[in-house]
Amino acid sequence: MAQAKKTERPDGRKLNETREMEAKVGIIKRADGSAMFRMGKTIAYAAVYGPRELFPGFMQNPEKGILRCNYDMMSFSVTERKRPGPSRRGVEISLVTKNALGPAVNLDQFANTVVDIFIIITQADAGTRCAGITAASMALADAGIPMKDLVSAVSVGKVNGRIALDLVKEEEDLDGTTDIPCAIMSRNNEITLLQLDGDISEAELIEAVELAKEGCHKIYEIQKEALKEKYKEIKNE
Amino acid sequence: MNNLDMREYIINLLEHGHRIDGRKLDELRKPIEIKVNVSKNAEGSSNVKIGSTEVMAGIKMAVGEPFADSPDQGVLMVGVELLPLSSPEFESGPPDEWATEMARVVDRGIRESKMIDMKKLCIREGELVWMIFLDLYTINDDGNLIDACALAAISALKTAVFPVLEKDKVKFGEFTKNKLPITKIPVTCTLTKIGPHFIVDANTKEEKASDARISICLIENNNICAMQKGGGSGIEIDDLKKVFSIVKDKTKELRSLVTTAAK
Repeated sequence: MAQAKKTERPDGRKLNETREMEAKVGIIKRADGSAMFRMGKTIAYAAVYGPRELFPGFMQNPEKGILRCNYDMMSFSVTERKRPGPSRRGVEISLVTKNALGPAVNLDQFANTVVDIFIIITQADAGTRCAGITAASMALADAGIPMKDLVSAVSVGKVNGRIALDLVKEEEDLDGTTDIPCAIMSRNNEITLLQLDGDISEAELIEAVELAKEGCHKIYEIQKEALKEKYKEIKNE
Repeated sequence: MNNLDMREYIINLLEHGHRIDGRKLDELRKPIEIKVNVSKNAEGSSNVKIGSTEVMAGIKMAVGEPFADSPDQGVLMVGVELLPLSSPEFESGPPDEWATEMARVVDRGIRESKMIDMKKLCIREGELVWMIFLDLYTINDDGNLIDACALAAISALKTAVFPVLEKDKVKFGEFTKNKLPITKIPVTCTLTKIGPHFIVDANTKEEKASDARISICLIENNNICAMQKGGGSGIEIDDLKKVFSIVKDKTKELRSLVTTAAK
């Protein structure tokens, strides 16, 4: 009994189960595209502005538009207040987020412009970068940016020696937990975000990434549904 | 339409008692939505929508040393982050003068009204007091951010609870059931001046066409606890008389929304 208790997840989910999800597109009126994605208690808002002219001019690319990304958390989204404004963690996550989304978008027709992606976490319970990427991908689609696919992201990991999908904070904070945020384009299963911290064997890693793939496919369906939902509303107006 | 044409168009409409979105001059946008406890890791939080303008407020608390000039009082810090997510005109970076003005206007309304009994935030005089960090984030800027921020701030404060304190340290993520010592509900209403006309709850287009604005914060007995004239042009004493009756009406309306949403 004690053994069974130990491997049970804090919210009673199965190992290959994601948290309850919610997605909404077009939530920020002044943005060119926007979306909200909730994974359990983690909530991300994303807005896209552009393509718009890029200043200063020397940063422009005459061949194609560039993608810029800014990820941040609200000061009160975490238990111990996060000082508003940039942090080293935020800068790194902004970069890996941009790299996760970049392969999906095609900015060839938008020379000298920039597409700005802004992500803000309003409530955090682990997996914030993944929720941010998932939301940003919907916001890009909502803004009408040419894309070859949506990007879906989820974290997988090893908790109490077992491979599990979509870790919550309580699992992430356990000693010995390995955390692997992944982003995947579902159509060709291209992995565009892969980070790891912890200690895991090669076989376990492969098992984990396979599990992430399954999770991303589920998220993908929810993203598509949310995008269709927005245009359903417009059609009915 | 360019900005000058738009201004002329707006003023022409105002002459006839109309606004570009069909409202009366003293009419707030509908619906006004106030949601509280929207972020579970915050001691208090709120989400306020006025039309499509949307802001979030959150409170985190800590303990620390009081200021030397008020050794028996807690500390309140108010910040406004104009997220570039919420408007094509906002840029990343440290708070600019507009964000700073807004934070100070919201702060002044709370502080000067004595909404919070700061003496009850004292743990040991001169040594340890509660510090309230109130942060406001814009989600969508469609005008009148000041009133939306002020409304979000008081709603979050009104529902905030103390975290657990153990051996002079805050246990992060653990909350008590004790609410903050709230004594009053100060409500801010901003009037925007366009030509000779004053309107409430200006949207983005109206703000762009405006000459000046005046934000007035009233407590329950309609006394003024904070005020700020903003924008480039001046106003007259007669203007003040004219706007005051509107402010009384509107703050009453907004206060009842807060008391319903934030019990």
